[in-house]
Amino acid sequence: MRPQWWKAAILSAIALLISTAMAIPSFSQDRSDTLLVVTEGGPYSMDIHGVGANFQVYGVTWNVYDRLLTYGKKTMPDGSVSYDYTKLEPELAQRWWLSSDGTSVTFVLRKDARFHDGTPVTAHDVKWSFDRAVTVGGFPTFQMNAGSLEKPEQFVVLSDHSFRINFLRKDKLTLPNLAVPVPVIFNSTLAKRHATPTDLWAMAWLRNNTAGGGAYKVESWRPGQETVYVRNDDWKSGPLPKIRRVVVREVPSAGSRRALIERGDADIVLDLPARDFVELARQGNLTVIGTPVENAMMYVGLNAKHPPFSDVRVRQAVAYALPRKRIVEAATFGRSAPLVTPVASNTFGYDPKMSPYTMQNLSKAKALMAQSGFPNGFDTTLSFNAGFAATNEPMAILLQEALRLIGINATINKVPGAVWRGALLRKDLPVILNVFSGWLNYPEYFYLWVLHSQNSAFNTSSYQSPEMDKLIDVARFETDQKRYAEQVREFINVALRDVPILPLFQPSMDVAMQKSISGYTYWFHRQIDFRSLVKN
Amino acid sequence: MVGRRLATALPGVVGVIVVTFLLNRALPGDPAAYFAGPAATPQAIEEIRTKLGLNRSLPEQFVLYIRDLARGDLGHSLTTGQPVVADLRARLPASLELATCGLLLALALALPLGVLAATRPGSGVDHVTRLLATTGNSLPVFFTGLVLVYVLYYLLGWAPPPLGRLEVFRTPPETVTGAYLIDSLLARDPGLFLSAAKQLILPTMTLGLAALAPITRMTRGAMLGVLASDFVRTARANGLAPRTVLYVYALRNAMLPVVTTLGLVLSFLLGVSVVVEKIYAWPGIGAYALEAVIASDYAPVQGFVLTMALVYVMLNLLIDLLYGVIDPRVQIES
Repeated sequence: MRPQWWKAAILSAIALLISTAMAIPSFSQDRSDTLLVVTEGGPYSMDIHGVGANFQVYGVTWNVYDRLLTYGKKTMPDGSVSYDYTKLEPELAQRWWLSSDGTSVTFVLRKDARFHDGTPVTAHDVKWSFDRAVTVGGFPTFQMNAGSLEKPEQFVVLSDHSFRINFLRKDKLTLPNLAVPVPVIFNSTLAKRHATPTDLWAMAWLRNNTAGGGAYKVESWRPGQETVYVRNDDWKSGPLPKIRRVVVREVPSAGSRRALIERGDADIVLDLPARDFVELARQGNLTVIGTPVENAMMYVGLNAKHPPFSDVRVRQAVAYALPRKRIVEAATFGRSAPLVTPVASNTFGYDPKMSPYTMQNLSKAKALMAQSGFPNGFDTTLSFNAGFAATNEPMAILLQEALRLIGINATINKVPGAVWRGALLRKDLPVILNVFSGWLNYPEYFYLWVLHSQNSAFNTSSYQSPEMDKLIDVARFETDQKRYAEQVREFINVALRDVPILPLFQPSMDVAMQKSISGYTYWFHRQIDFRSLVKN
Repeated sequence: MVGRRLATALPGVVGVIVVTFLLNRALPGDPAAYFAGPAATPQAIEEIRTKLGLNRSLPEQFVLYIRDLARGDLGHSLTTGQPVVADLRARLPASLELATCGLLLALALALPLGVLAATRPGSGVDHVTRLLATTGNSLPVFFTGLVLVYVLYYLLGWAPPPLGRLEVFRTPPETVTGAYLIDSLLARDPGLFLSAAKQLILPTMTLGLAALAPITRMTRGAMLGVLASDFVRTARANGLAPRTVLYVYALRNAMLPVVTTLGLVLSFLLGVSVVVEKIYAWPGIGAYALEAVIASDYAPVQGFVLTMALVYVMLNLLIDLLYGVIDPRVQIES
């Protein structure tokens, strides 16, 4: 009894398996000037001023829009290229000058610049864009404020191609803050066409569409799948990019992403676990570049407002007990810059010699515990973001072990990713592992967010000290370089004495690419700048 | 019968709407804090909370939700920036196409294997079938998925890269059904069809393997029961050809429990496709819902659960109707 139909069924199943074998990757065509980037997630929106703009939106904005200014570049000791926060260069503005009394800055725009739809770029567009950024609220407004850009009245159109910003106060971050992804120049004519009486700033339309004049145009965006960019051949604000087309595909599984880059199907891969980057670098057939993220710090936060960590001796004891070297090794496999002082290694004021806590010193830690209000130790919890468990979990276990040696029993508390920020905002977690990074590479900018008693969401330790506040506020607007250096040293010393945060390391922005790719530049926003990339 | 079946499904759908709404609100995540972005201040978060309507009372939020739902508005996803209805419309076909292919592959393998095993109980074929079914059943899909990628793509380079529904430089066909296999044929683009088919191979194998076990077992069990029954014995005794006995009499009668299993299996496949979609970068609704849960993005999660509830209701209805086709007695009894 051997009926025909099941034979046919088995044959067709076999045929399916064989066709698997024949499915040879067939996209050698059309690849020399096209780049395939694979990432874990994609942009939530096309508009950096909108609600929910995530990291990937910075990347879209960076490549699709122009800003008045941009930063220069520098070569790092390891040969890789980084942006240079000390050098401002022209992008849409051809030149600019401060007024003689130092109360305003005037920009002259390129006359030949056009938006993607051919409309000339004018100072009216610049004003509309800046007005939008300071008006819509939320993240863009706060970012503008960080450079004392607060009111539409500050932005003055002088002529079609000249534009002035009146300063509210002397702030050394005003100009650098014009080169970050937020103050981008929108095509206001196009945007206004899609504005409605209830949506004056065209938030709804710009969420799904772009109105830029940058080096790349968005050819298609399928949220959750891919973003395709095509070069804007009429771009005038810089040298014409070499790559004609860029496809950014979202591949959520890290294993699949790694397979794609190793097989040579992807050109650039982002967001792999540290261990994968270590292995890829060791294998040597890909270019792996890791740059310590500027002005960023992974730290242990101790809640300075609630006992027992409100006792400074307890915090100092923890600082002495911290097995920093082991923690950093376990979490990052060597792909990070260990930090002993609360300043990133490539930020002004970095001096590891300032720290008394470079080595674990248990006898000192125990002595401090004995002097503190808690000589017999206590029970506490140690919380971290479970969304980054691969890095956080080994760190938490080592920290827990070390705390036990000085009488502190910490229970590990894994907080789900979606809940983490809310938990931080309540500011009632006694011990946390957390990371913060500031776009602008100035130590006082970091301190303003993390340790100033204006109490931003990122002052996770609820640390409040009038002494610290005064030093930060003065340093922000200090123009005398020598005095500024002293102020920075002073606030670092206060942070080392009060230890509300214990620095661990500076995370690394890692990227792996095929050997045929060159021209990669590290940027503070940690997104890929397609404009400088070359593919051979 | 269709009308009555639909009516009995209604309370279930209403229940689903209420429960998802409440469960979503009971989740500890704070979407306002999440979406305030990396430089959030408490004011920024408050502003967003107001914008999202999260500062209103729970009943108020529910009434608003129902009102929007009645207008066919499932809200906006914050993670994709699109209306949830548009997202689901774009993604449901991807999931259904994948699940259907997985089911078809499983059927193509499981039915013959089950019949074969049942006609020769205790033989070598039976043992091999049992081994295959147990393997498929006990290996988690994320494992088979990754192994298939590792072996067939990474090591051997036979399968195409796990990059979603199409090769990188292909643009999707004009949407008619949303299933690329069908749409590419409608667009008369064989190259595109082939591209879509290739991308389907690995995820289909992963799902097919997972669905193999229940169908094989059910087929074998049902066939064994039927083959031992009186009417088969009578048919054989009357000298009917063995093939006629097997297909016309036995298999048709054994199909009833198998079809019941199919409904369950397809639901199961839609469920596990969350994992498979992640591995193969498949833009389906499973991956979408997962992403939304992680971001505490309420609207898509509610939309997803509602859609799945509707799909299940439709599926069960379809199976009930199939019963009637296979066994006319079912219709009379109801």
